[in-house]
Amino acid sequence: MRPFSYVRARTVEQAVSAASPTGAQFVAGGTTLVDLMRLEVMRPPVLVDITALPLDAVEAHGDGVRVGAMARNSDVAHHPLIERRFPALAQALRSGASPQVRNMATVGGNLLQRTRCPYFRDLATACNKREPGAGCAAIGGYTRSHAVLGTSDHCIATHPSDMAVALVALDAVIHVRSVTGSRAIAAADFHTAPGGRPDVETVLRPGELITHVDLPASPMAARSRYVKVRDRASFAFALASAAVAVELRDGAIASARVALGGVATRPWRSREAEQALVGQPVGPETFRRAADAALAAARPQRDNRFKVELARRTLVRALGLATGSDRVARGGAP
Amino acid sequence: MSQSSRPRGAVGQPIDRVDGRAKVTGQATYAADVAVAHVAHAVIVTSPVSRGRITSMDVAAARRAPGVLAVLTHENAPEVPAAPGEEKGAGDRVLQILQDDRIVHADQPIAVCVADTLERAQHAAGLVSARFAAGPARGAIDTDLGSAYVPKTAGPGQKPDSSRGDVAAGMRAARARVEATYTTPVETHNPMEPHATIAVWQGDDRLTLYDSTQGIFGVRKRLAEVFKLEPDQVRVINHFVGGGFGCKGSPWSHVVLAAMAARVVRRPVKLVVTRQQMFSLVGHRPRTIQKVALGARADGVLTAVRHDVVAETSRFDEFVEGSATTTRLLYACPNVATTHRLVRLDVPTPTFTRAPGVASGTFALESAMDELAYQLGIDPVALRLKNHADRDPDADKPWSSKSLRECYRRGAERFGWSRRTPTPRSMHDGRVLIGWGMATASYPAKQMPSSARARIRPDGSVLVQSGTQDIGTGTYTIMTQIAADALALPTGVVRFELGDTMFPEAPLSAGSFTASSTGSAVKMACLALRRKLAELAVADRRSPLHELSPDQIDARDGALVARGRRDPYVDILRRSGQPEVEAEFKTEEKAERKKYTTQAFGAQFAEVRIDRELGQVRMSRYVGAFAAGRILNPKTARSQFIGGIVWGIGQALQEHTARDPRTARAVTRDLVDYHVPVHADVPDIDILTVDEDDPYVNEIGAKGVGEIGITGCGAAIANAVHHATGVRVRDLPITLDKLL
Repeated sequence: MRPFSYVRARTVEQAVSAASPTGAQFVAGGTTLVDLMRLEVMRPPVLVDITALPLDAVEAHGDGVRVGAMARNSDVAHHPLIERRFPALAQALRSGASPQVRNMATVGGNLLQRTRCPYFRDLATACNKREPGAGCAAIGGYTRSHAVLGTSDHCIATHPSDMAVALVALDAVIHVRSVTGSRAIAAADFHTAPGGRPDVETVLRPGELITHVDLPASPMAARSRYVKVRDRASFAFALASAAVAVELRDGAIASARVALGGVATRPWRSREAEQALVGQPVGPETFRRAADAALAAARPQRDNRFKVELARRTLVRALGLATGSDRVARGGAP
Repeated sequence: MSQSSRPRGAVGQPIDRVDGRAKVTGQATYAADVAVAHVAHAVIVTSPVSRGRITSMDVAAARRAPGVLAVLTHENAPEVPAAPGEEKGAGDRVLQILQDDRIVHADQPIAVCVADTLERAQHAAGLVSARFAAGPARGAIDTDLGSAYVPKTAGPGQKPDSSRGDVAAGMRAARARVEATYTTPVETHNPMEPHATIAVWQGDDRLTLYDSTQGIFGVRKRLAEVFKLEPDQVRVINHFVGGGFGCKGSPWSHVVLAAMAARVVRRPVKLVVTRQQMFSLVGHRPRTIQKVALGARADGVLTAVRHDVVAETSRFDEFVEGSATTTRLLYACPNVATTHRLVRLDVPTPTFTRAPGVASGTFALESAMDELAYQLGIDPVALRLKNHADRDPDADKPWSSKSLRECYRRGAERFGWSRRTPTPRSMHDGRVLIGWGMATASYPAKQMPSSARARIRPDGSVLVQSGTQDIGTGTYTIMTQIAADALALPTGVVRFELGDTMFPEAPLSAGSFTASSTGSAVKMACLALRRKLAELAVADRRSPLHELSPDQIDARDGALVARGRRDPYVDILRRSGQPEVEAEFKTEEKAERKKYTTQAFGAQFAEVRIDRELGQVRMSRYVGAFAAGRILNPKTARSQFIGGIVWGIGQALQEHTARDPRTARAVTRDLVDYHVPVHADVPDIDILTVDEDDPYVNEIGAKGVGEIGITGCGAAIANAVHHATGVRVRDLPITLDKLL
C-alpha cells in the first residue's frame, strides 16, 4: 500500500471540500477501495472518510423512497419499504457478496464498486482501466467472467454490481453534490461504457459525492424481480443477472424495464428488450423475443460464449417470475 | 456413526477437541501469531513473467523508503543451495531463492523487502521495479502432449507404469467397452491460514523457526542443509496449523527467504505469504489428462482396464500426480495396464494435494465405471460388487481388512439407492432435475516410523510429547485419548504436546498416516512408561506388587494392578524418590504388516438438483460410508470425512486455477475468482462408518481418515449430474456452462 493522507468529514460540506484535491477518494464501507489499495491497484493520495455523514436513512419520500448513500446494503435489503415496494432491489442486494460484506458496504459505494476483472487486479498485466493507454490483457486472455455487451477494443471488464442493475430497472435517480452544487442523474445514465476511456466509469465529476438515491413509485416497481445466476450458491459475482419491472394490463405487458448484470461493462438497460415486450401478451414466446433483442448486440470472447444464451435464459426466467406466469419450483435455484 | 460396541476407555469416544476452546477464543498461537521481540517484516516481490531473465532491477527507491532494513535480490542475496541434497524427501522441492537471474515461473520471488513494520515492507515491495528478457511460456499440457516423458516414479514407492495380464486380449474379449478421456484442472490448496514463518537467529549458528508446516523435522533438515548447520542447530516450532492439505508438506522458498533475511538484517524476521502468492509459491494439484479404457463381459465382469495419465510438472523439478495408482488395485480384473507421463511447463512445481493421485484418478476411473454401467444396463453398485477385489490384485496379497461390501450396502440403504430410476432425466421436481450418483472411495493406510515420549509427574499428571503436527485434524485430541487409555487414566490428567523439534521425531502430517504412525508411537511410549513403573514396583518391597513379574501386571484407574492388588502410579513414583519417570519409544513397521495390503475403502452417494434451463448444480444430499479400521474419535473422524467430501464438492463443481493462455500466469489469484464451496453449497452430509478390527495395520488399528473423503467424491457428483441431465461431463469442474 502507498502512503496517503486521511481526512474525516463530519458534514457533506466538509466532505466535498476535502475531496477537491486531484485523486482524492471518498471511503465509506471500504469493501472495494481498501482491497484495491492493498493491491496498489488504487493509489489515492487522499482519503476522505465519510462514514460519519448523516446519510444513512431509508425513508418514504413523496410517493417513493429515498435511500441515503451511506445506508448499509444489509439495512436497505431488509427494509420493509424496499421489500414491499421495490422487491428487485431487495433481491439484488441480498444476492450480493456475503452478509459480512453487506453489513459494511454502502449504497453509494456499491454504485462505485470497481470491476472484478482479474487483469484489472493484477499489476503484472496491462489494463486500460488501471493505466490509460496501457492496453487490455483480458482481450485474448482468460475471459470466462468478462462482458459480452458494451465492450470496446480497450476494455471488456464486467460491471460487478447487483444493486445497480436493479436501480436501473427501477428508474432510480442518483443525487450528487459538489462544492459547486447538486444535480440528479438517472441510474441508467450514471455508468458509462468503456469506449476509449475505460478508466472513466461514471458521469461523476471529480469531487462529486453521492448523497442519496431516489426510488420513484411506479406500478412496475412492485412487480419487479431480480434473478442472479452464479457459479456457487452464495458469495459469487453474477455470470448473468436480470432485473425486470413490468406493468400488466389485460394479460399484456403495458410497460417494462429490463436491465442485465454480469454480462455487460455497465449496468445494462435494454431498451430493445423493453420495446419487444410492450404491448405483447405475457408468455414464453414474448419473453424469448425480448431476450433475443437484449442480446442481439452481444460480442462474446473466447471463454464466455455461454453467457449469451445464459443471459437470455436468465431474462426469460426473471420475466416469467415477475409476471407471475412462472413460479419457482420447490427447491429450485433462483 | 456406528452403534456397534466400543471398547471402554477414551479411544472410540466422540470427545471434544482438547484444543477447541483455544481455537474458538483466539488463544491458539499460529506461526505468525507468535510474539517475538524486535521482529522485522519481510515481503516477497514476484516476477510478472513466466520465463526469461532479469535484465535489470531498480531497488533504490525501495531501499530509501522509510523503515526499510534490507532489499534482497539475486544481486546481493547470500549464496545457498536451491536444490535439495541427495537425501531429499518426497516433498523437497527445488526452491527459487534469489540465486540467479533466471525466471522459471510467473510470480517467482525476485526480491525480498525487509522493514521494521509490515506496512513499510509492503510499501517498499511496491517500489521495486525490474526489467526482463521474457521468453515464450507454456502453461497448458493440452497443447504440449508431444513432449511428454516417463517420470522416475508415479509417487513414493510407485512405478510409473504397471501391467498385469494382457489388456489387448481382455479388450477383444469384452462385450462392452468404454474409452474416454477425462481431465482435471489445476487446483490450489488454499488453506485458510496462509504459510508463515518467523526466523530467529541466535548468533550465526543457531536458528529457530516458527513455521506453519505439516512437517517440522523436514523443515529442520532442509534449513540445516541450506545454511550448512547440523540439524540440532535448527529448531522448528509449530503448535497450530490452519490447514495444510499437502501444500505445507515441505519447506518452500519463503521459509529460506525468511531465514536469509533474518541473517542479513540481524533481527528476527516474519514473512507471511499473501493469498495471491498462495497460487504460485507453495504448490498446486497439477492438471491431468487421463484416458481410461474399460472392457467387460455382458454380466459386468471386467476383462480389461487401461488408465493412461499425463500430468504437468515444472521446467525445473518433478512432481508426479499418480492418478492411475488406485486403478491398479481397485477392482479384480486380470488385465490391467497403467502409465504416467509428465509434460514440463513454465509453471511452479505442483505438489501433494489432499489424496494426491487418488482424488484425480478416481474421478476418471469411477466416471468410466458409471459409463460402463450405463452401457451394460447394470446398476452402478451391482457393477462394482461384481468386480470386488477380494485380495489386492496388484501386489497379489490379502488385505489386512476390507469392508467395502458393507460400505456399499449400508451407504446404499441409508441413501435410498434402490428407489433410483436409472434413466437419465427420469427424476425431477418441477423444473429441477434430480440426479443420484455413486462411486467407490479408497485410500492407502500407510504407517511411517515415529516416536514419542511419556512422562509421569509426582501429582499423577502425564505429559506426552511427539514432534508431530496438528494440521486441524484433531491430533492433539486423539493422541490424548490414546495416551490416556494406554495408561488407564482419564484424559483430563494427560497433556499431549507437539510441534517442536526438541520432541522425539515424528513424520510429516500427511498421507493420512499421523494417527497410525504417531498414534502407535504414543501408545507404545505410554506402555513403555507403564513397564518402567511396573519394574520399579516389583523391585520395591513396599509395593503390594513386590516380586511379581512385570508381565503379570495390568493397569486400571491410574494404578498398576495384579491379583487383586493395586499400586497407584503416584505411590510408585513417590517411593522411588525420582522426580518423574519417563519412557521413549520409536516405532518401526512390523514384518507381519508387509504380508498384507493395508487400505481404507468407502462408498460415496451424491444427490444433485439442477435447474433445467439455467444449469446451476446444487448438492442436496450426500451419504458417505467408510471403513477405515478403528475410529479413534467419531467426532473428529466425522469432521475429516466431511472435510474430504466438501473438498470433493469443490473439485467436482468449482475449483479451477485458470492460467492465461499466452503467458502461463495464474489468472485466478484470490478466493473471489478461485471458488471453493461456501456453506450454502454444502448439503447435509451423512457419514456412516463400518468398524473394522484390524490387528495387522498397526498398533492402534486405525487406517487414517484425512483423505479418503475426497476420493471418488468427484465421480459420484459427476455421475449424479449425468443421471440428472444425461450430460456426461468429463472435464472438471462441472460449471453450468457445460450443462446449458
